[in-house]
Amino acid sequence: MTIMRELDYGTPSKTADVTVAVEIDGHRVSVPVGTSVLRAASEAGIPVPKLCATDSLEPFGSCRLCLVEIDGKKGTPASCTTPCEDGMRVHTTSPKIDRLRRGVMELYISDHPLDCLTCPANGDCELQDMAGVVGLRDVRYGYAGENHLDAPTDDSNPYFSFDESKCIVCSRCVRACSEVQGTFALTIEGRGFNSKVSPGGLNFLESECVSCGACVQACPTSTLQEKAVIQLGMPTRTVLTTCAYCGVGCTFKAEMRGDELVRMVPYKDGGANEGHSCVKGRFAFGYASHPDRVLNPMIRESIADPWLEVTWDEAIGYAAKKLKAIQAKHGVDSIGGITSSRCTNEDVYVVQKLVRAAFGNNNVDTCARVCHSPTGYGLKQTFGTSAGTQDFKSVDEADVILVIGANPTEAHPVFGSRMKRRLRAGAKLIVIDPRRTDLVRSPHIEADYHLQLQPGTNVAVVNALAHVIFTEGLFDEAFVASRCNDESFAAWAEFINLPENSPESVAKQSGVPAEEMKGAARLYAAGPNSAIYYGLGVTEHSQGSTMVMGMANLAMLTGNVGRVGVGVNPLRGQNNVQGSCDMGSFPHEFTGYRHVSDDTVREQFETLWGRELQSAPGLRIPNMLDAAVVGSFRGIYIQGEDIAQSDPNTTHVTAALAAMELVIVQDLFINETAAFAHVFLPGTSFLEKDGTFTNAERRINRVRPIMASRTGKSEWEVTCDLAKALGYPMHYNNASEIMDEIAQITPTFAGVSFAKLDELGSIQWPCNAAHPEGTPTMHVGAFTRGEGRFIETPYVPTPERSTRRYPLLLTTGRSVSQYNVGAQTRRTANVVWQSEDFLDIHESDAELRGVVDGTWVELASRVGKTRLRARISERVPPGVVYTTFHFPVSGANVVTTEFSDWATNCPEYKVTAVEVRPTLEAGGVASAHELGLEELHTEVHEDATATLVRMANEITSNSTHLHQLAAIEAVSTHLRMFWTPQMIEDLTTYAQAHPEGLQDVALAALGQVPMAAVI
Amino acid sequence: MTVSVYVPSDSAATSVGANAVAKAIVAESTQRNLEIKLVRNGSRGLLWLEPLVEVATAEGRVGYGPVTAADVAALFDSDFLTGADNIFSVGLVDKIPWLADQQRVTFSRVGVIDPLDISDYEAHGGLVGLRVAIALDQSAIVDEVLASGLRGRGGAGFPAAIKWRTVMDASSDQKYVCCNADEGDSGTFADRMLMEGDPFTLIEGMTIAGIAGGATKGLIYIRSEYPDAITTMKAALLSAREYGLLGADVLGGGKTFDISIRVGAGSYVCGEETAMLESLEGKRGMVRAKPPIPALHGLFGAPTIVNNVLTLATVPMIMAQGAAAYQALGSDRSRGTQVFQLAGNIARGGIVERAFGISLHALVHTYGGGTSSGRPVRSVQVGGPLGAYFPASGLDVAMDYEALIAAGGMLGHGGIVVFDDSVDMAQQARFAMEFCAKESCGKCTSCRVGSVRGVEVIDKVMNNIDRTANLDLLTDLCDLMTYGSLCAMGGLTPMPVLSALREFPEDFQK
Repeated sequence: MTIMRELDYGTPSKTADVTVAVEIDGHRVSVPVGTSVLRAASEAGIPVPKLCATDSLEPFGSCRLCLVEIDGKKGTPASCTTPCEDGMRVHTTSPKIDRLRRGVMELYISDHPLDCLTCPANGDCELQDMAGVVGLRDVRYGYAGENHLDAPTDDSNPYFSFDESKCIVCSRCVRACSEVQGTFALTIEGRGFNSKVSPGGLNFLESECVSCGACVQACPTSTLQEKAVIQLGMPTRTVLTTCAYCGVGCTFKAEMRGDELVRMVPYKDGGANEGHSCVKGRFAFGYASHPDRVLNPMIRESIADPWLEVTWDEAIGYAAKKLKAIQAKHGVDSIGGITSSRCTNEDVYVVQKLVRAAFGNNNVDTCARVCHSPTGYGLKQTFGTSAGTQDFKSVDEADVILVIGANPTEAHPVFGSRMKRRLRAGAKLIVIDPRRTDLVRSPHIEADYHLQLQPGTNVAVVNALAHVIFTEGLFDEAFVASRCNDESFAAWAEFINLPENSPESVAKQSGVPAEEMKGAARLYAAGPNSAIYYGLGVTEHSQGSTMVMGMANLAMLTGNVGRVGVGVNPLRGQNNVQGSCDMGSFPHEFTGYRHVSDDTVREQFETLWGRELQSAPGLRIPNMLDAAVVGSFRGIYIQGEDIAQSDPNTTHVTAALAAMELVIVQDLFINETAAFAHVFLPGTSFLEKDGTFTNAERRINRVRPIMASRTGKSEWEVTCDLAKALGYPMHYNNASEIMDEIAQITPTFAGVSFAKLDELGSIQWPCNAAHPEGTPTMHVGAFTRGEGRFIETPYVPTPERSTRRYPLLLTTGRSVSQYNVGAQTRRTANVVWQSEDFLDIHESDAELRGVVDGTWVELASRVGKTRLRARISERVPPGVVYTTFHFPVSGANVVTTEFSDWATNCPEYKVTAVEVRPTLEAGGVASAHELGLEELHTEVHEDATATLVRMANEITSNSTHLHQLAAIEAVSTHLRMFWTPQMIEDLTTYAQAHPEGLQDVALAALGQVPMAAVI
Repeated sequence: MTVSVYVPSDSAATSVGANAVAKAIVAESTQRNLEIKLVRNGSRGLLWLEPLVEVATAEGRVGYGPVTAADVAALFDSDFLTGADNIFSVGLVDKIPWLADQQRVTFSRVGVIDPLDISDYEAHGGLVGLRVAIALDQSAIVDEVLASGLRGRGGAGFPAAIKWRTVMDASSDQKYVCCNADEGDSGTFADRMLMEGDPFTLIEGMTIAGIAGGATKGLIYIRSEYPDAITTMKAALLSAREYGLLGADVLGGGKTFDISIRVGAGSYVCGEETAMLESLEGKRGMVRAKPPIPALHGLFGAPTIVNNVLTLATVPMIMAQGAAAYQALGSDRSRGTQVFQLAGNIARGGIVERAFGISLHALVHTYGGGTSSGRPVRSVQVGGPLGAYFPASGLDVAMDYEALIAAGGMLGHGGIVVFDDSVDMAQQARFAMEFCAKESCGKCTSCRVGSVRGVEVIDKVMNNIDRTANLDLLTDLCDLMTYGSLCAMGGLTPMPVLSALREFPEDFQK
């Protein structure tokens, strides 16, 4: 399409049950009460001239262009600040109004450069438009008066420039920074004619500005202008697409000039972002054209060999031949694949189909394994659906917001801004986090409670909150009685009532004062609308799944599920975490979270795909790596994931990769994992993709190609080619056909199609006959599983503890300007904000160790060590250190351990016992893959069997609250559901030789797994 | 017998040496072994007599002024402690015609009592109004104030009780009373004198307003240029709390109300109520668009009564003496009294509190005694820097809201500034624009840019550059500022400009 201009109604829309009818220039229009005259006029198709008003911001009334006359009211009120009253008769033009408007424009233009033809905003400037609309023909003041034409330009921000000489001081930027973004970096400095926009007296780069672009978006002139527009010129066409960074899933207008992307502009009708953006989505897309991009397929015999560029056919043929050879020699289960949350649903679907149908096994897993797998597990167990319960908009109705292990202002900035807006409007806030995140205290935001717990004690704290609510009788009895399973509640009630769950008892373990837990619990219980938002600080723990269930219990207990304003909401890390899970890329589940052992479902797939499928679960990523080290897993196809940087215990990961015969990497760049690859298949950026992403709200958004694939192929096409080369014909004419197949075979997606997405903009699944336009709020009236199920959540401390040797606890996270492993953001100008990972350490810990701010330290855990620069920070309490993991050279995962969530094996990234000491050696650990080739530390890694024993014992430890028979049943069910037959067999072999190595319940459970049935 | 001697502590008096006089009197009495009780009262408002020393006698308080510290010995020598006549004597102060024919209601205690002595305050009728109010329900208080006809003395003249009723009817956990003491108009000083001379009246008035509106917190926004008023108000608040006039149980009547002070940072526009609210919230003093009105969405978004010092300070008298007594005074829809402030080039400046309707001529000539320079009066600006200039021939106008508007002016805060025949009215018009340019908050275009252009256009007119065209442009600009400005700052700046153009056209043709 040509360039898309969105109608600006001038002031925000209002929702109200009562409407008022007004007459504007003789046209009658009905609007919700509270609607401005300006907006009502716009809705009636009568735009009123305006400059300071825009519909993303509250009315301000400063430009004085939107003056109107209203019968019975004296003077000429500004229509933006005048609410409609029933029966009002408004006149938007009259000789008097016309004269006043021309007078205003005359004043503006008397202090504005007359360079329209050479101005970057030429054709996209509201000031220019308004001069035309009011019919300005003369500036009688002349241009020699006092003016700002010599004001300097601030070019410090890499993406936009601030040309003060063009500023009309409408304050839209300042208001956008405050109202929309909530950063309050901008202000008006000086008064009267000297009033000017100022980033706090500094330049933009040095200021608090987070470069979200809201000010640029709001500017009606060329004052705040994208540098790309200045350099390239105005875009001429628009393609609507979805951002490929975090799980918020912002909709953008990609504005193009020819085939060149000029700028990304957040789309007002975007369901997730409603016109807002962050520095990554708005500006950091340059990586797609970075010279590091690999555009041709490459192969090599050994990882010591140089890469050889080949044709697609050669690369695919080579990969297929090798895969077949491995399977012939080592069995059908000796290969597998990993899907990526960075890729589209369609890309992911075909990869899992390739593994299940063409590889003939279930060894497919997704990178959600290492982030949100506990969410899928925990919410399915309790509510029945492996997904969050709300849409983002729901937060606008929340009265109490409980944020646990999430840092939305950094990691999910656009939603973070929305949450902050709600908090500024009066919602209460409880933050549970070892770190003092921005939400705890930032401009106009202050948490009512910050439970600054010791890393690893989430479950204890959530239990204490539930204990208080239960024992004080603050729970919603009616909800529990009518919506939840009685038996499960009774058992849970008995459990939560135990003294070990009292705040006094938990205070000792967590370090959180009992009174604070009580206060927070009472606040959450009081609501009336209490909503939980959480992130990887919940899931990436040895009890990640337990914690998810603990939060679900809390929400059910207080009746905070099943309506707007409440719920349990995972903030998904990547753009398509939800989608990659939905698409059946977990080893035990088909699309829509249906277990592979379900005969009915499996037969449907077998019929559709024309292949017999395995009924037992396949290997999870860590199982694959363990198996690779012992030699039973020898070939892997990795799409869009960099496990050598992102997965824990880098040494172990790289050892596993190095042990494999065939590693196929499909990616944009030669990443850390590609150093171990034998086949490199160039991937496509989101700018080239056609498909869908599903965000944290279960919202399926369209990703539209704005340019042709730079590799000549779509990623799903390459996967299909590989399947074909393996002898399994898999063909789609386009991505839309893939979605049609997904819809055909997946009940929750039954109503989804590209055509419908194009029509509705986006759809939140479930979308089917019962919910033809999707489901913004889940579990309304009844839970997906019928009755909500309370699950006992005993706190089992992680085996990872601080010791004399490793006295500090390391936790990790990400920053607003960089993204995950940094493959994209490191290749953009975002590095001006962050160009390396730092180790945040509390002043007292630093002093104790002689660590000086900004100097290099060695960070060591029992599995590895690396070097980072230290940053003295009050955000971490004594005893806790923190780092981001955006830069491979820092090797943050060199130190993280093999420990993981007992239920899902999601790694315990958030708790690693470490020691920090100053070092004279500068620089990180260089490239992580270089490390993999040598052992870093003396302590021996677990072998695969030891891992199985530990996992089985951990599963058992998390069932000890049950009576013995029930515990045995629970453990055996878990093993059946999630373990491969090979793993069970290996453990059984071990148990026969060393029965003392397993807990009694584990041993008994193992005996109950019907081997014959699974094999 | 101990004789009470009064030396004002009002800053108008101290600025001309009252503190030195007080000190000298104490020293002199000690030296002469005479027992006196020195009272630092407020000013009676006869500013040309300051420092005005008063001595209590059986006949009443006898005044001596102006007195300097050097005159003190002579005062003692001439037996002033007995009220004896001497070269400084002005006789019984209450009998000075200038004061005697005033109708002091709001200012009835100013200059009379010890500002910080709450028992003195009570002895002069203080706290009666509050006690009456405590016994009434909220609505009855509002009705009483409504019946009195009391209108906002800050300048807008909006009926106070209507605001109060709106706040009373609004439902909110928290409501506020905000007193605007950012008295920034040139030639005005009544707020300051009241705060320095009778602070408890303001506290009592705010408390009544709080009870009526259902507010428990009051804030007084005082300009930083009034350090003495700030000190006095702070001390009065401490006493009031100690006395139980403020706090959790106001005068034992079960109501809660307390007041704190906020100091402005030097911005004229912060006297505009919404800009004041922004400033009180700790933000940049910028005008808010209305609606929403402060009565519904005021301080921190809560329903807020915003009134000027004089408005609130008049309430205790209304409650004490009944609405009818107050309503009986005045003219047209301007009921009660106005505290006029005579300033500028004037022989007898000060406070004249009279019922509405007195002529400007009477104020300038009868009270003011014409110019201090002795030259003919040429122009009088009424209502502060944004008020109209009246020519010497136009002083018959009755001083009430309606008559002044009809005459192209406005009452404003009751400030009256007199100019003699040496004034250049084109310069005065330019000053109006310049003042606006200097004090504009910068929010709306017509004020921010218009005022600067206004100065430039008037300069062109004065320099005879395209004079006719530029006079037309000036008129258009004034029209734009009047109808297009967000607040009264920009909206009223044209008033002095247009009145100068209208009444003194010759000054623009030089």
